[in-house]
Amino acid sequence: MASELDVAYVAQLARLQLTAQETELFQKQLGDVLKYAEKLKEVNVEGVEAAAHAVPIFNVFRADDPCDWFTAAEALSNAPRQANNLFIVTKVVE
Amino acid sequence: MTKRDLPALSIIELRDFLRRGEISPSETLQALEERIDAVDPEIGAYLVHDFATAMAEAEKTDVSLPLGGIPIAIKDLINVEGQQCTCASKILRGYRAPYSATVIEKLRGHGAIPFGRMNMDEFAMGSSTENSSVQVTRNPWDLSRVPGGSSGGSAAAVAADIAFGALGTDTGGSIRQPAALSGIVGFKPSYGRVSRFGLVAFASSLDQIGPLTKTVHDSALLMNAIAGHDSHDSTSLNAPVPDYTKNLGRDLKGIRIGLPKEYMIEGVDPAVKSAVIAAVKQLGELGAEIIEVSLPHTDYAISVYYILATAEASANLARFDGVRYGHRAENVSSLFDHYARTRAEGFGAEVKRRIILGTYVLSSGYYDAYYLRAQKVRELIRQDFVREFEKVEALVSPTSPSPAFKLGEKTTDPLQMYLADIFTNAANLAGICGISVPCGFAQSKNGKTLPIGLQLLGKALDEARIFQIAHAYEQSTDWHKARPVIEPIAA
Repeated sequence: MASELDVAYVAQLARLQLTAQETELFQKQLGDVLKYAEKLKEVNVEGVEAAAHAVPIFNVFRADDPCDWFTAAEALSNAPRQANNLFIVTKVVE
Repeated sequence: MTKRDLPALSIIELRDFLRRGEISPSETLQALEERIDAVDPEIGAYLVHDFATAMAEAEKTDVSLPLGGIPIAIKDLINVEGQQCTCASKILRGYRAPYSATVIEKLRGHGAIPFGRMNMDEFAMGSSTENSSVQVTRNPWDLSRVPGGSSGGSAAAVAADIAFGALGTDTGGSIRQPAALSGIVGFKPSYGRVSRFGLVAFASSLDQIGPLTKTVHDSALLMNAIAGHDSHDSTSLNAPVPDYTKNLGRDLKGIRIGLPKEYMIEGVDPAVKSAVIAAVKQLGELGAEIIEVSLPHTDYAISVYYILATAEASANLARFDGVRYGHRAENVSSLFDHYARTRAEGFGAEVKRRIILGTYVLSSGYYDAYYLRAQKVRELIRQDFVREFEKVEALVSPTSPSPAFKLGEKTTDPLQMYLADIFTNAANLAGICGISVPCGFAQSKNGKTLPIGLQLLGKALDEARIFQIAHAYEQSTDWHKARPVIEPIAA
């Protein structure tokens, strides 16, 4: 399994630009980690339910009541670029 | 007591001085500030601290409250309104929290003063605090060594008497391991016991906020303040919060403590092993019954942890896109270029590695082999604990397989760094609570004394019992009374 990791491809999926050196280094380092993790294949997991949380809680609802929250100015207070009370995004449509 | 000695006090001791009016909250802060100025240049625990704001709070605080007038240091990933919250990452440089985390509101409700932003591994990813993008934090016991991580700034500050207590977070051991390596008490609550609202998420099914303190009593006192249900966090448990100090002082008669045979493995440092064996004997002498137990899936915990934690991190960190907050790349050629360069410029190497690993284990074709299988083995690990906790009230083990390691020793080999969490990961996977208390010292080759930590694990929501056992052990030893002598590095 470990040999199938293609760091350059996965970095694209993760929207992460890597240098050639980073790609090569991570390929080796993460290859080691995945090789270590191969021991999970030994475990018999037949019939075992997958645990997303240690303490499963389902259907947590709050009352549907309006309450005060951020103003636009507060929500924009850390925006790297903003105008007219809006976030500026990079052009999405060509 | 002189003002010079004041920063060495425990929270309980300081509280008594404040209540008797022998010192004021402002004098406390001034004494702490002087000590920080003298010592922190050697340690590097604080990223920033805002003395003026804390003084304004100190002047209004009510010392009759349980933590009235007591400054508490905050790991730099818990939001305090108006203060920076950078997770020690370049991607959040300059970020100012527009609101406070629930734990901060609760601390303030108990009279405490959040003071200082503590260094950490970037986004809590690491076991040595060396992944901070800002600065190195040094172990107060030996400045050439790491304080542990990821809550290394919080731990080093408490150990060096430049914080009375601190909040950290524990996703795979990030409170307990630095507490062990720095010679203090670190507590990880059960999952859901403490609200995560206002905590920057790393791995949401594993993260918990908890206290780092000089004593077990102080730890229980901080837990009294921060525990409890919060409607802003849907994973917080709606269960009553007991007074965690109420069992302190009770003996250990009738308490059964399990020694997992899988935890006394090869590769544990001989000094750690002998200190833990002596501590187990001590627990027996205090009246506890020691029983050998078995957690057969222990050997898989690190693999499960690094698959699930990175998967959750890759999703959580997708929010850092350079639009709503944080760093944004300049002169981008496309939307893809905007994201890819923003994140490349903002994240450090370990964060990038974990995002890639997490993205891979969740990707089509590998999801079942890695992520789904890891979730199933997580369930088997959880069942190991449920089964053994029918026979015992607590489990005992080393917190870390070795005392503090050298700065730079493990930075080139991520897998070796991951193995530093071998005894702590499983508690997060199982959602149970745990504590690390000082249980001895190792002598290093360079003649330094290095602390060793004893880990006690308890059932989910059985915090009060773990505090009882840890306190009984602590009070029967002198380990927690030893303080490091901090020598200047720039002689």
